[in-house]
Amino acid sequence: MGTTSKPIHFGKRYRLDKPELLAPAGNLEKLKFAIHYGADAVYIGGQKYGLRSNADNFSFEEMREGVEFANQYGAKVFVATNIYAHDEDVDGIEEYLRNLEEAGISAIIVADPTIIEIALRCAPKLEVHLSTQQSTLNWQAVKFWKEEGLPRVVLGRETSLEEIAEIKKNVDVEIEAFIHGAMCSSFSGRCVLSNHFTDRDSNRGGCCQSCRWKYDLFEDARPQAEWISEEEAAEQRVLEQFQLGVNQLPLYEEGDNPFSMGSKDLCMLEAIPDLIEVGIDSFKIEGRMKSIHYVATVVNAYRQAIDSYMADPDNYELKPEWLEELNKAANRPLNTGFFYDTPDQEDHIYEPEDKAVPYDFAGLVLDYDEATGIATVQQRNHFKPGQDIEFFGPNGTFFKQQVGTIWDEEGNELDAARHPLQKIRLKVDQPVRYFDMMRKKNVKAAPKTTVTV
Amino acid sequence: MSNKPELLSTASSLEELRVLAEAGADAFLIGEERFGMRLPGDFTLAEIAEAVAYSHDKGKRVYVAVNNLMTNDILAELPAYIEGLRDAGVDGIEFGDPAVLTTVRELAPDLRLHWNAEMTSTNSSTANYWGRKGATRVVLARELNMDEITGMTDKLEVEAQVQVHGMTNIYHSKRRLVQSYMAHQGRQVEGELGLTRGLFLIEAERRDEKFPIYEDSNGTHIMSSEDICILEDLHLLMEAGIHSFKIEGMLKPIAYNVAVVRAYRTAIDAYAANAEEYEFDESWLEEVRELQDPERELSFGFFYKEQVY
Repeated sequence: MGTTSKPIHFGKRYRLDKPELLAPAGNLEKLKFAIHYGADAVYIGGQKYGLRSNADNFSFEEMREGVEFANQYGAKVFVATNIYAHDEDVDGIEEYLRNLEEAGISAIIVADPTIIEIALRCAPKLEVHLSTQQSTLNWQAVKFWKEEGLPRVVLGRETSLEEIAEIKKNVDVEIEAFIHGAMCSSFSGRCVLSNHFTDRDSNRGGCCQSCRWKYDLFEDARPQAEWISEEEAAEQRVLEQFQLGVNQLPLYEEGDNPFSMGSKDLCMLEAIPDLIEVGIDSFKIEGRMKSIHYVATVVNAYRQAIDSYMADPDNYELKPEWLEELNKAANRPLNTGFFYDTPDQEDHIYEPEDKAVPYDFAGLVLDYDEATGIATVQQRNHFKPGQDIEFFGPNGTFFKQQVGTIWDEEGNELDAARHPLQKIRLKVDQPVRYFDMMRKKNVKAAPKTTVTV
Repeated sequence: MSNKPELLSTASSLEELRVLAEAGADAFLIGEERFGMRLPGDFTLAEIAEAVAYSHDKGKRVYVAVNNLMTNDILAELPAYIEGLRDAGVDGIEFGDPAVLTTVRELAPDLRLHWNAEMTSTNSSTANYWGRKGATRVVLARELNMDEITGMTDKLEVEAQVQVHGMTNIYHSKRRLVQSYMAHQGRQVEGELGLTRGLFLIEAERRDEKFPIYEDSNGTHIMSSEDICILEDLHLLMEAGIHSFKIEGMLKPIAYNVAVVRAYRTAIDAYAANAEEYEFDESWLEEVRELQDPERELSFGFFYKEQVY
């Protein structure tokens, strides 16, 4: 990763604001985990107008429950309503936004000005944040949106740290930036590969991720598109320019990796000081489709890094174990996107993707008996005696052990935890508490060399 | 202007502009890469002034694409460029970024503003929103279907422009994807990777579709494997009152663009002369078909396709 070892200083530091850590929550359970593990705010999708039509999105009832849960932690819930609407979509928006307001949602994330206007008019308690789908990259555009009544802009992922500094210098507005997770390799919103290949509308939530498919790159052998005049064309019969097949040169050889647009995932954990110093107000993690284990692990790592830096900026040091934690949830190699420079060949994925995650979420701690040292765990994946496991939680819980004897609720000894959500008892080496997670090492996963310390 | 719709074409050079003017284009979209996106050729300010002089002399209009996704460093150059365009006498400016809108409103308030956010200009109320901010025209997304387009014109408070012919952009990245791929393979890149290089992608499962790809200072652009051709049903768009029909001439020989302009000119004139009796004539497309790259299908694009999400 191309991170500098010392933070860049953007002008004189007089006071640092603590940034918001904003996490994705694909459903109610993920919302609870994200917040419990340290997110200051979560963003979710409703049944309509979001860009993840495949996620198991929230009903209004679930939103109310989510908001209630978040309130106990002083956290906020945002809703992504970031489609580019077609005329047929517009009619129901007003009612939908009123329902969000009523459910206690703090803000909506919007790309289409039609939805912005409806929100400002009909649901004034909702803050409106400009979505990254607008690909906003400059301070004048940011200023325009601020004057339209938007207190926050999510910048395009193409913005560098220096550009963000200039935007902050010119406009007094909250800036939200993606700091972790998968990235569109295109300008967000400026890709309709999915529409062309599968008739699925990417800007209304149907994206089929054609950018991660495999392509071959060719070159036309003759200099193409010579702008010849009409007379010349008549002479040459333009058709001769277009000979089928014979003029195509492959720009690859047998055994080469195919061409790909697929980007590595973003990871800015090593750059927390730079992100805070430049004044980004909200650090956003991507991944409404990601697992509970992923969300909890990633939030946990960033929470610790941010808190540690804010507590003592001058003596801050990145802890290697935060990165190790992140790697346990990562399923793609990582990079720093556009923050320091334009991505190059090191930042794209050409090799066949290894989807294996090194660790699996195996159990959720429900209870712990101090007297016996026995924890009750809700089974989330197969595990059995003898396996290497880890426990981790939001308040610094972290230890490794082996699974010893396991029992079901009635005290019957089991050879393996096979049943989803079954309550299992096992002895743990250190105290654990409700909401701590138990993960097991995935023996089949190939070793990853993703983030170097 | 009568209620006859405008026939708008791109032009790669002054030479092409003159030839297409002769062939019957009413207006041209030109510009340069620094400020405008995906143009078949670059026009300097001086060339733009020359294009304006020539076009106005023939009763035609010149619009300039200032529709890039603007970064901070371009903002400083923007006022001088807008003033240059104003002084050159251009008829309008195509924009996507609000920074361009505010600059034009401040420095050249008489210039017409055409809102073009490519695949994201998808509904009439957002077009009207930009209309209230000063835009006079919306360039509709090519991913809209015929029912959506014709159903929208009654609600629009601004003019509508629809692309009726040629290729469309389907992917735009700031990344240098061709360069990166070649570097990954350890291959030298010889020469430019721009429009005239003739690079294309083929997806593993669709061997007969060629997607042109090129790089410029705005990043990497991937274009459609087919060319839109809606001439057969142009009357539906004329009935609906679409104000401007755009022909995209990118990556086409001039002779081809001439044939396309002629075909649409014929249809528009025939409809204007007698809408009642108007009937599409297959022979209007003969020359276009003859010059059509046989590896690129002429298609209805998304005009008649159901898209799901």
